[in-house]
Amino acid sequence: MTARIHLLLGSLSAALVAFALTSPRVIAADKVDPVADAKAFQNFFFQKFPNVKHEDFVNGPYSMNEDMKRQWQEKEEFPPYEFALDAGKEMFATPFKNGKTYADCFPNGGIGIRQNYPYFDEKEGKVVTLELALNRCREANGEAPYSYVKDEMASLTAYMAYTSRGELMDIKIPDDPRALAAFENGKRYFYTRRGQMNFSCASCHVQSPGERIRAEILAPALGILNAMPIYRSEWSGMGTTSRRFVTCNSQTRAVPLEPQADEYRDVEYFLSYVANGLPISGPGARP
Amino acid sequence: MKRSLLLAMLLTSSLAPSARAANEADYKAAYAAAEAASKEAAGMRNQWTVTVSALAAAKKAADGGDFDRATAAAKEAEALAKASIFQATSEKDAWKAMEIR
Repeated sequence: MTARIHLLLGSLSAALVAFALTSPRVIAADKVDPVADAKAFQNFFFQKFPNVKHEDFVNGPYSMNEDMKRQWQEKEEFPPYEFALDAGKEMFATPFKNGKTYADCFPNGGIGIRQNYPYFDEKEGKVVTLELALNRCREANGEAPYSYVKDEMASLTAYMAYTSRGELMDIKIPDDPRALAAFENGKRYFYTRRGQMNFSCASCHVQSPGERIRAEILAPALGILNAMPIYRSEWSGMGTTSRRFVTCNSQTRAVPLEPQADEYRDVEYFLSYVANGLPISGPGARP
Repeated sequence: MKRSLLLAMLLTSSLAPSARAANEADYKAAYAAAEAASKEAAGMRNQWTVTVSALAAAKKAADGGDFDRATAAAKEAEALAKASIFQATSEKDAWKAMEIR
């Protein structure tokens, strides 16, 4: 009987030790850790494409294919986004009806700040993207908001991105559980399969960058937003980050969310944060 | 022989209802079921474009008085909506398997 009790106690102690040893790992796996996530994310791409210079990932499909890269470099002499860039510069400097300008709404007069967007607004408790901040600036000054997906918004963000070219993406996640939740929500959105095609963002941009999908070469997810906004030949025009998300959803046969929905803001936060340290290359041009 | 005849009669009678042309009531029931499933999918932020198209096709066919086609499209819409609900439910945890760690 005593032997049995000893055996039982021994087994119980062994089980407790085993639990104590394994439980911290379980907790660690569930904890939101953006720093570790960004490191793992970047390492994944650096190891998958050891011959691609790290700063080249922001050039999307051109970093994956030498022929395309040469064509793009030639096209950059007369880039297709140039008209939007010029229009954006003019719009940015043109005063609103009340005499104020966009420069009054942003730090450093809006110049060279693209790398800090999106940011987490602790007052609002939500992610604020550059597109959202621009429309809020307009509304605060008595102007009607622009469409989030193209035309004027793309021109404005093109100019602001241009003033930040070469600056390294520098997204901050404050020590605020709501900011961590936004990051985690963006990550969840990025990896979640949706639409009749049962694709997630990661299906194309993590599992298959460099591969062809029909005639196109898929861009890596790392640094994919650093080039926004972009001129797309497929669109015959400019498109914003919002337009990119909406189009991606439609292509998987999922009904897109409304531009600047919380999910889109959060996935932009996630993708931008994991690209920290990579240069801004926008505005970009894509096939 | 008698047994085969009985089986044949049973088979015919069991198939008979599906061979009947759909009427407005069939369409309305199918459409209501599809619409309910579609709303549930939309509430989960996981509506599919093909569900919306199938619902629209059902309505268009019904407006034109083609209840066979309308009922078939409504049933397709319901099946698609249910698939999207299944996807949203399973992806609540399944997305973690795709994560880069």
